[in-house]
Amino acid sequence: MNALAVEGVWKFYGDYPALRDIRLEAPAGACLALIGRNGAGKTTLLRTVAGFSRPGRGKVLIFGKEPRETEARRQIGFIGHGISVYDELSALENLTLFGRLYGLPDPRARALEWLERTGLERVRDGLVREFSRGMRQRLAVARAFLHEPSVLLLDEPFTALVDRAIAVLQTLLRQALAAGKTVIMSTHQLREALELSSHVALLVRGKVAYHGPCTPEMVADPGLVYATYGEG
Amino acid sequence: MAQTITTIKPKEPATQADHRRYSFFRMALVVMLKDLRAELRTKEAINGSFGFAVVILLLFSFAFDPDVDTNKALSGGLLWLVFAFAGTLILNRSFARELPNDCLDALIAAPVSGAALFLGKALANYVLLLAVELVSLPVFGIFYNVHWTHQLSALLLVLALGTWALTVIGTVFSALTVNIKLREVMLPMLTYPILAPALMAAMQLTMPLIAGNAIAPEMMRWLKLLIGFDVMYTAISLFLVETVLVG
Repeated sequence: MNALAVEGVWKFYGDYPALRDIRLEAPAGACLALIGRNGAGKTTLLRTVAGFSRPGRGKVLIFGKEPRETEARRQIGFIGHGISVYDELSALENLTLFGRLYGLPDPRARALEWLERTGLERVRDGLVREFSRGMRQRLAVARAFLHEPSVLLLDEPFTALVDRAIAVLQTLLRQALAAGKTVIMSTHQLREALELSSHVALLVRGKVAYHGPCTPEMVADPGLVYATYGEG
Repeated sequence: MAQTITTIKPKEPATQADHRRYSFFRMALVVMLKDLRAELRTKEAINGSFGFAVVILLLFSFAFDPDVDTNKALSGGLLWLVFAFAGTLILNRSFARELPNDCLDALIAAPVSGAALFLGKALANYVLLLAVELVSLPVFGIFYNVHWTHQLSALLLVLALGTWALTVIGTVFSALTVNIKLREVMLPMLTYPILAPALMAAMQLTMPLIAGNAIAPEMMRWLKLLIGFDVMYTAISLFLVETVLVG
């Protein structure tokens, strides 16, 4: 069974079709890089896959289940443009909160474990509003990985990250892939993304222009996909 | 020294349906406690709401002579206008609190039903609204020279029912308007017309109670209306909120 199956998905903003008949698949353990220029529909597609909005037509399946089903949501970890943690709560309170929402057996212990893995254990009781940007980003990464999701959805994960957060995220992504998790990421950082990816999908104006394996030629020349399948 | 380690195991839910129900209310509780904790750290909504309530009560007291009996009788109705206006400030923050850092995405992504999320937020709003109302009541008593404690239990019942009506409608429209730029304007415009029957009932019931009279048998229809409104809109909101949040 595919970890992700996108079957003929259309998404409209008013009359404008932001996604047009998208068909994608990602087997379990794959790393799929969604690439495309600004406005191509990468974020809309990821948000639809994450279940934040329903497709106008077609369907999305995560391990055979629709994204709004509780079982599917347990398997999804999402990092979007925002850090998705509360400024008014401490790092430990934030992670414990999400641990409870995901029904983890011992949310506090899991929160402490992830604070340690992301190097935030010394500031665990500090309010997030007092954190530096890098610390906030690492907490966001911990929040997304906390419930050990089978499918990680990352919307431009390396953009605006500080170096330490990039290193933490890259390490965690490699570990996740080695453990058989599936990663779907939209990105403009082609080199970093293609080095991790097993599959590539190029979106052009809401349509899939290329979907297939990530070849060594693509890794060697990240602009190759755009040059071959894009609009120049 | 030998130590005895005692592990407290949570009670096993009897059936899957029991488990779902248990999980639903537990999730609502988690969301409620999160909202209350966040609000108590910043006090943004509660301070604004209480300050606003006191200012309106003060300004209205200039317009009405507290020594005239008719005005005293009307002051119960006035009280609900103040609660509705001041309450909007709390309700506006309910989902708007989730916007910085895109926290709403994380909540929607979590395996929590929209209904549990809504119930948790509504309960947090309810606690905050009741707190503002209970602190405003003595201020109201002083400004309007009324002894509002004569029918205290009945007054608290009406307060509880009327506030739940305000909370349910306000919370669901707070979710609906969260991504609208003019949500501060839109929320009261959407909330008050739908809330009108409940506000009317709460006002009708509060006026005699403030004057020290018990709820007369002919007033029971207002009480039934208020209870019916609460039950109906709670059910509708719980049913619709998933669509409101995800579309």
